[in-house]
Order: sequence, then C-alpha cells, then structure tokens
Amino acid sequence: MSAQKFAGEGHSRGYYIRTGIFFAFLAFLYVPIIVIGILSFQGPSGSLMFPIREASFIWFFEVFDPKYPGDFRMPFARSIMLALIVMVITTLVSFLAGLAFRRGFKGASLVFYLVVISLIAPPFLISFGLGIGFTGIGLQSEWWSGALAAHLTWTLPFGVLIMFAIFSRLDHSIEEAAQDQGATRWQSLSYVIIPIVAPGILAVALFGFTLSYDEFSRSALVTGMNNTLPVEMVAVRGTAARPSLYAVGTMTTIFSLLVITGTFLTLALLDRRRGLLGGSKIAEGEIYGKKLGDEVQSAK
Amino acid sequence: METEQTALGRFSAYLQISPLVLILLTFLIAPMLVILLYSFFKFGPFAMQVGVFTFENYIRTLSFDSVLWGSLADTIRTVAITWAITLVLGFVLTYYLVFDVIRLRIKILLFLLAVVPFWTSGVVRMIAWLPFLGKEGLINGSLMGLGITDEPLQFLMYSDFAVILSYVHVLTLFMVAPLFNVMARIDLRLVEAAKDQGAKGWQVLLYIIIPLSRPGIAIGTIFIVALTASDFVAVRLLSGGMSGTLATSVYNQYAQSRYPYSAASGIILLLVLLLFVGGIMRLVDIRKQL
Repeated sequence: MSAQKFAGEGHSRGYYIRTGIFFAFLAFLYVPIIVIGILSFQGPSGSLMFPIREASFIWFFEVFDPKYPGDFRMPFARSIMLALIVMVITTLVSFLAGLAFRRGFKGASLVFYLVVISLIAPPFLISFGLGIGFTGIGLQSEWWSGALAAHLTWTLPFGVLIMFAIFSRLDHSIEEAAQDQGATRWQSLSYVIIPIVAPGILAVALFGFTLSYDEFSRSALVTGMNNTLPVEMVAVRGTAARPSLYAVGTMTTIFSLLVITGTFLTLALLDRRRGLLGGSKIAEGEIYGKKLGDEVQSAK
Repeated sequence: METEQTALGRFSAYLQISPLVLILLTFLIAPMLVILLYSFFKFGPFAMQVGVFTFENYIRTLSFDSVLWGSLADTIRTVAITWAITLVLGFVLTYYLVFDVIRLRIKILLFLLAVVPFWTSGVVRMIAWLPFLGKEGLINGSLMGLGITDEPLQFLMYSDFAVILSYVHVLTLFMVAPLFNVMARIDLRLVEAAKDQGAKGWQVLLYIIIPLSRPGIAIGTIFIVALTASDFVAVRLLSGGMSGTLATSVYNQYAQSRYPYSAASGIILLLVLLLFVGGIMRLVDIRKQL
C-alpha cells in the first residue's frame, strides 16, 4: 500500500512543492499570533508596532488593572463562565440528539435541516433578533441569557453533527448484543454506548467551550451592559488600542491552547485506559455483535 | 422486535430530540421570525412605526438604484475570491496530508497543527495582522528597508486585501477538515488500478481524486460561503469601512437605527444563503458523508 506510487514515483517535484506549501501555510497560520506574543512585551513608550522599546511586562499588568480602559478581568471571567455553561448544555443536548437520530424518528430530516440552518444563519441576524426578542418581552439581555441563547445556535450544530457522525459509525448490533446478554436499556447505555462514544463526547465539549469562548458576532448585540472578552477586545480595538490588547490576545490564546492540550491529553489517557481495561474487548464485542446481527438477519 | 418496545423507543427518541428542537425553535427560528416581522414595519418619517406594515422596505431595498445591488456584487466577489483561494489551498494541503505524508503519527501531528487555530480566538487572529500589514508594519518596513518601495503600500491594511487575507487565514481549516474526511477514505487500489492501466498523474487527479472529493468540497464550500457572506467582524476590523458587503450593510443600517431596512436586507441575505446551501445539498447527500 504505497501511497507514493501515484503521488509520482518516489519523491517527485510535486511532492516537494506540496511540502513547501504546507509548511508555508503553517507559518502563515502561526507567525501572526507569535508576533502578537512578542509585541505584548512592548515597553511603556512603545506602540502597537515594532520596534520594541525597553521590553517589559507592564501591558500584562494593565490587563488586570481597573484603572485602564483595557481592564479585561471581568470580561475574561464572564467568557469562561459562559463557555462552561454552553459546554455543558451543548454536550448534553447533542448527546441526547445523537441517541434520537440513532434510533430514528419521524421528522428526523426536518430536524437535520434545522441544524444546518442554525449553522449557516448570519450571526448578526441571530444577535439582532434575540436582542429585539428580549426587549419585546420586557427583559434586558445579558451575557448569561441572550448571549447564552445566541451561542447555543452556533455550538449545537457542531455538537449534533459530531455526535451524528460518531453514532453512525457505531453498529446497532452492539446494543442488541448487550441486550441479548440481559442488559437493560440503561445498562447498555451507561456500560456500552457511553464508554465507546466518550471521545466523541469530549470532542463536543471542546467545541462547545472554545466556540463559545471565542464568539464575537453572535454576542455583539446581546451581552447587555457587561461584555464578554471578544466583544470587549473589539470595542477596545476600535477606540483605545494599546499594547495591552496584544497582551490580552496572547493570554487568551495561551488559555485556549491549554484547554485544547488538556482535552487531547484526556483523550490519549482515555484511549490508554481503555486499552488497559480491555478496549480490545470492546472491539471484539463489536465484531462479535456484528456477526450475531448478521446471523439474525440471515435467519430471518 | 415487539411493537410495544418500538413504540416506547419512538417515544424516547422524541423525548431525546426535544431539547435540541426546543432550543433551536426559541433561539434561532423565533428571532428570525421577529426579524421577518420587523422587515415589514414602516420606517419614517422619524422612526420605526411598530405595527404599521408595509412592503416599502423590500421595494426600496430591491429597487434598481438601491445600494443592495452594489453590496450584493461586493459580497459575491469577496466570497468567490475567498472560496477559490481556500479551495485550491485546502485541496493541496489535504492532498499533502493524505497522500504525501506516509507515517500515521506525523500525519496526525500535522493535521492537528493545521486545525488547532480553529479552537483559538478569531478576533485575536484578525487583530494579529495589524503589526504586519500596517503603514509602519513589518511588511512595509522590510520592503522600504530593502529599497524595493519608497513609501508604504497603502493597500495592505484597511483594504479588501486585508479582509480576504484574514478570511483565508481563519477559514481554510473549514475546507481542510471536510476534504480530509473524504480524501482519507479514497481506496488506494483504485488509484493503483488506474496507474496500472497507464493513467498519468494528472489523469488520476482529474478522474479519480477530484470526483471522489466532491462531497468534501461541497461541505467545505457551504462553510466558506456562509461564514464569508455573513461576516462583519473582519470587515469592521480590517477594511476600515472600505468594504461594503451585504452583511456590513445589514450591520450599518442597524447601527443607524434603520431597523426595518436592516431587517429586510438581513432577510434577503438569509434567503440567498438558504437557496445556495439548499442547492448544494440537492447535489450532495451531506448526511451520508458524516
């Protein structure tokens, strides 16, 4: 199974060109953010541009200093809180929806279209409509209400589509096998299904958290008096941009990277533990269950 | 299976799907209906008249001399350029990952490196272009330092160039991920068979790889078009008010409190998007690809 065979015998010129393009793209992807990181250490007399004058940490301190317009402490906290709430709701609702799609129900394709609409609906319109809606029922939209609602319309499609993909790769005979062995529905869910789809659930949680944490457009009109971090950053960028904007950008990026690394480490750990606890047995069960299912089919 | 159990199963399926449906109906469909309602409210002479219905907003928005046509053309141009770049670039990147990188560990590592920024802040990644593209930015600095240009290039920052650059920066991943999903599943034996029959490299690409990648291209296209067409953040941060896409005009009319007009243009944008995506979904069965 040599993939190179058609990529042009051995390492063709095309191969080197594609390698070059790929790594150039990685540079294009990462260099701007690294530059922002470097510029965060700008000195007190420095500007938003190079050169760095007397490197310092002052802009990082300003981020946490209530005296300056760029006091990002509360927006930071709000964004994390909101992201956590969105993550929990997204994970639960997507998992349940995945189960429902797996079982099948009348109107499933209608719900699927609803999910696609949620994915492509212009973010600004959602924010606008929700803002009016809240005013209409006599409430002030806040980050924990209006913005929460708006974020869910963005995180849920991703969550549902991921769960949909995971469940469609999962053979029905697995549950049948579990139930043939006398497992109740609840037991087959908690001992068979959930352990198998756990990595997918974790992925949904990661999407739920990060997509909410970074969301600007859907938050724009519904955070009320108290901005989330992305909204605050755009506001500050428009009016009083100081290098503290870079400092907060660096910090939030590092925070995101930590969250991502944490998720992937957990995934790896889950994978290893599963191996130790007999992950291969799950796979065996899968194969066995499939065989059983086939036999049942052919017997019919 | 006993019918009793299936009936129970169906009932629990409805129970399980109901949170999703309830959330999307209240937080997505209801706001859209509110906007639809607003788009028919009479505007003027001084403010919006709630409850007074008119088609005037649409008539004026769709009239020949309306700004809509200009901004629609601007949107289509921006979307088309972004789509073309992300498609070609995304295709080459994915091709490299799938067919050129042989070792699985390296493949996974490189794929992750390419998609990790997706989970970081788009706003920060847009702001990050300023030190590069600005008048005193790195690019102008080096160009002038090397004596290639005498004065800073103006088109770099606060221009359509900056906006499209930022789209490519943020959105290429949306093309790479679905493409990777389908391309990685291409049966290599097909390719080898074609090779054995004397097919050349470009023929393999044109008659096997590209046709089999179509579903991935379709899903990537939906993402790129929807996200580009409805963006107003990059435009706001990087175009300096130069760009007049449809989404921006929805935003601007909102900012000027011309809500009914904003709503009407918003509904038009939504309809255009729905038609486009509906068309693609007729061509490719997306559910099968997941």
